[in-house]
Amino acid sequence: MVNRTGNLTEDGIHVDMEHLKKGEVNLGTSIMAIQFADGVILGADSRTTTGAYIANRVTDKLTQITDSIWCCRSGSAADTQAVADIVRYHLNLFEIQNGHPPSVATAASIFQEICYTNKDALTAGIIVAGVDRHKGGQVYNIPLGGSLHQSKYTISGSGSSYIYGFCDSYWKDDMNLEEGMKFVKEALKEAIKWDGSSGGVIRMVVLKKGKKPERHLFLPDEDYVDPPKKQAE
Amino acid sequence: MTSIGTGYDLSNSVFSPDGRNFQVEYAQKAVENGPTTIGLRCKDGVILACEKLITSKLLVPGSNKRISTVDRHIGIATSGLIPDGKHFINRARDEAISWRRNFKDSVPIASLADRMGSYAQAYTLYSSVRPFGVTAIVAGADNDGPGLYMIEPSGLYWGYFGAATGKGRQAAKSEIEKLNLSELTLLQGIKEAARIIYVAHDDNKDKEFEIEMTWVTKDAKTANAAVTGSRGMIWNGWVHEEVPKELLEEAAREAKKAVEEEDEEDDDAKGEEKMDEDL
Repeated sequence: MVNRTGNLTEDGIHVDMEHLKKGEVNLGTSIMAIQFADGVILGADSRTTTGAYIANRVTDKLTQITDSIWCCRSGSAADTQAVADIVRYHLNLFEIQNGHPPSVATAASIFQEICYTNKDALTAGIIVAGVDRHKGGQVYNIPLGGSLHQSKYTISGSGSSYIYGFCDSYWKDDMNLEEGMKFVKEALKEAIKWDGSSGGVIRMVVLKKGKKPERHLFLPDEDYVDPPKKQAE
Repeated sequence: MTSIGTGYDLSNSVFSPDGRNFQVEYAQKAVENGPTTIGLRCKDGVILACEKLITSKLLVPGSNKRISTVDRHIGIATSGLIPDGKHFINRARDEAISWRRNFKDSVPIASLADRMGSYAQAYTLYSSVRPFGVTAIVAGADNDGPGLYMIEPSGLYWGYFGAATGKGRQAAKSEIEKLNLSELTLLQGIKEAARIIYVAHDDNKDKEFEIEMTWVTKDAKTANAAVTGSRGMIWNGWVHEEVPKELLEEAAREAKKAVEEEDEEDDDAKGEEKMDEDL
């Protein structure tokens, strides 16, 4: 098979999400990041697969780029690790040369540049989230083609398909830390429950302005309760 | 000059035995005769002003600008050799564009000053080039507020509240020192800038001149350009532009009057002294 991201045929553009090489390690994934009152929260499942085999059940898909900018990786493990390493190098250099840390927008921009110019060679869906001095917490999504989208929250990876409705129903602007963590945890529980390629544990990173990053770990089946039924408005 | 005949001034990249680089010093000399150029970092923006002597009646008023826009939020005034200034500005524009491409953000003023300082410095290192015959005053504003830097031919640059270069720099500097720049607003600043240009002009009184003045502002009420932006546009909300014509003309009129009144007072004082002597 030709190793390309998109194919144009008579009936439109076909994007093959599963075009990894034979045996390539895949992050069939549920990842998300949200803005909340004091910053951002990143969340991810922990399943890594090679085909049907679970290569790692406790993977860490939340990757630190600078002191206060992190990313969630989905797609090819090798590709996204390489891209994250390159961006980390550039942002370290930026901070040394300019005497202040880069903005989250700058970090997202460098991720995008790499993902867009190498779109034919990469399988990388990355969420960039962090806090900076001037704009506070921000969330950016860079899906397969290398476009860049800022939003209040974003979900990505194969498992995200199952939680669009959940997130749309339960999202609130400016949640506090407890509400924000609950939102991420419950959303990822649902994604893991329905998506076969997502699983393991739920990892979370909380970034607040001027504070050290906090890591959290949850088991998806612990105290599982169905999300409360919402009355139609 | 003491160095003539020693041979240490023939090339860049050659130090004299007492540790000087004569080529750089000559470049600084070239600037000392350039037009008086000042920068004022005010509370709500930055002002650049330049005294332009009218060398010919054939020149169109307001032509041959010495202050250029480098990015929407940055202006640079150069004093010294005009072509060197043009090249310097071109490089600054390239730096600003490349910053936008790489980081999806307007270049911070400190970062641009740093890049341009390094660029100027590189022209003091090699025998195949000569240093820039210009001093550049960089004015702009970013997330940290207004910023003002002056880059010299050696590559040396510092951040300033107020900067002056060119022929009338000494007079201009002593006038700038009297200002309280951390409290001064742009609207007050343009009047001071015009006055300073007139005061500094004192030495070559008979020559006609015009004032070129720009500012970096965020105030949509006084700005010429529309201070608006749409989502996705890379811009921090500050504009570098010419000071609106009416404001500049008013400032120049007041400055001229103030300087003339001061001269009359001086003349009166001298007259009185003489009378005393007569008595």
